[in-house]
Amino acid sequence: MSESIVELVGARKVFTSPEGAEVKALDSIDMQVCRNEFLTLLGPSGCGKTTMLQSIGGFVRLDSGTISIDGVDVTQTPPHRRPVNTVFQSYALFPHMSVGQNVGYALEVRGVAQAERRWQVGEALAMVGLGGLEQRRPNQLSGGQQQRVALARAIVARPKLLLLDEPLSALDRNLRHSMQIELKTLQAELGISFVFVTHDQEEALTMSDRIAVLRDGRIQQIAPPRQIYDQPGNAFVAGFIGASNLFEGQIGDDVLALDDGEVLHLAGQGGDRSGRAIAIIRPEQFTLASATDERPTLEATVDQIIFVGAGFELYLRTKSGRRISVAAPASARDAVARAETLRQAHLAYDPLHLHLMPAEGKG
Amino acid sequence: MSAPLRERLQLGLLLGPASIFLAIFFLVPLGIMVVTSFLAPGLYGGVEWEFYPHNFGRILGFADPAFEEFDPVYLEIFLRSMRIAAMTVLATLLVCYPAAFCISMMSQWWKNFCLFLIALPFFTSLIVRLFVWVLILRQSGPINDVLLSLGLIERPLEMIYTEGAIILGLVYIFVPFMFMPVYASVEKLDWSLVRASQDLGAGPIRTFMRVILPLTAPGIIGGSVIVFIPALGNFVVPAILGGAKVMMLGNLIEQQFLSARNWPFGSALAMLVMSVMLIVMMGFVLISGRRKGRGA
Repeated sequence: MSESIVELVGARKVFTSPEGAEVKALDSIDMQVCRNEFLTLLGPSGCGKTTMLQSIGGFVRLDSGTISIDGVDVTQTPPHRRPVNTVFQSYALFPHMSVGQNVGYALEVRGVAQAERRWQVGEALAMVGLGGLEQRRPNQLSGGQQQRVALARAIVARPKLLLLDEPLSALDRNLRHSMQIELKTLQAELGISFVFVTHDQEEALTMSDRIAVLRDGRIQQIAPPRQIYDQPGNAFVAGFIGASNLFEGQIGDDVLALDDGEVLHLAGQGGDRSGRAIAIIRPEQFTLASATDERPTLEATVDQIIFVGAGFELYLRTKSGRRISVAAPASARDAVARAETLRQAHLAYDPLHLHLMPAEGKG
Repeated sequence: MSAPLRERLQLGLLLGPASIFLAIFFLVPLGIMVVTSFLAPGLYGGVEWEFYPHNFGRILGFADPAFEEFDPVYLEIFLRSMRIAAMTVLATLLVCYPAAFCISMMSQWWKNFCLFLIALPFFTSLIVRLFVWVLILRQSGPINDVLLSLGLIERPLEMIYTEGAIILGLVYIFVPFMFMPVYASVEKLDWSLVRASQDLGAGPIRTFMRVILPLTAPGIIGGSVIVFIPALGNFVVPAILGGAKVMMLGNLIEQQFLSARNWPFGSALAMLVMSVMLIVMMGFVLISGRRKGRGA
């Protein structure tokens, strides 16, 4: 299961911007994509995620390093000889061909006989829920349908790996969510690895087996979604995935002494480490407590309370002015109402759930 | 006044001058030509007012059985003109298609600069530019001089007054006409489609044949029509670079009207040229109409 289908070793790619500055799109990347895995490359624009996808697809030549697919070194192999297919961000459907011709293109190229081709095209279209639309033109379809045609076209020849370059970014929110689930299901059905590029962290959490968070051409962390969320490797990952409250301070005797004088209690996470560290507490890990709660608490004044249907978002501020966000479930509405009238709250946290990360730049 | 009537009046006023001009200076002369082409030639120019159906047959070689034998000389000129026009289309396409790709990939500044260069010849007189080709191609021209002095040839090459010289001249004139439509379609080619084709396993040749060529076909067809039609009827280039030896339809028509003084035959030839052009145009309209119908 953990056998890898794609392996990048020391992959480097530097672009020169029009102003002459060098941009490291891939900075010595070592990465593996496992068989049958849904891997998401996540990061802000310009982090190198699209470059990495294109270098696997063969559209970007690495400056150095190697890429192998299924054990074969493809570093110098042109795109049309690589056993991977891509779903492009713009879909890139051939406007002069029918839907059936579009989907059948990869088969036509491989010399599959027409009858066989027609059958496989029908299968692929049925898989994406567009059975019977073979005769249509791409421009007669809605955006969501075009998206599905692009997907069918990319999977019809059963590639060893499917690359998806922000394929859902042009769809509206509801459609996007149902497509996320469909993609995940499709991946499991097909049994091929997906490498999915997105800048949408929610999308990444929803679909992925593993997420690789990228920044400035480097992998910040590569782990399953829950681990990325619960134990982010550094402050960047913590900030990029989900909302988070970060507290930087000095590790002391099972406490983290924050720079503004507050103290966070630890439950052994500090170990025998000393020095600076960042603690992360997710908004939903705080509970609104009374002043007499036996758990450790932070005291804060309420700035704003927003009702979001499934619960509440509270924006608060500690004495020293540190901003804290808290997500309270709908069941906590009494506590929220109390905080709203008092404009004051005690935020309890569980030291066991507090995650410590090395402080930026100081290890 | 009701709105549609008012609109029609406005349209009539706007289109009026152009319509009247075309009616007087295009339709009426055209009608005269059609009538003339069915009349007998006068002895010293002009026409005899009697029905004479042999002008068109003469083009094909079968003329007035009363006093002429089968002679395909005009058919030869017609076929040669078609051939030269077709070769011109092919050659301008071979020049312009790769150039269009090159220029479309340049930065905006270089694009504008290259487009300016392509339009530059229009600023000089056509006749002057063609006579320069006479100087270059003639027996004592620079090409022959260089080849002779290098000892590569013993006698000067016969370059001028050949079909090749005419094609060269026509290509020279019509390159910008081919370039513009071809460039327009190459410029808007979506390269992600080319990448998609490669991604799906198609090599360079198949990607070109199945994706690039069909998507740029409108420009190729448009450019071909724009070049073929005036090249077929062109008479300046063959007059200057073809001399008396290589005649095209345009020269033949001119000769029939001015020196042979056979106006009816000249008219019949002109009708022939026009109908070929019409057929080409209609073909173009049909093809592009069908492409649109398919949503391409």
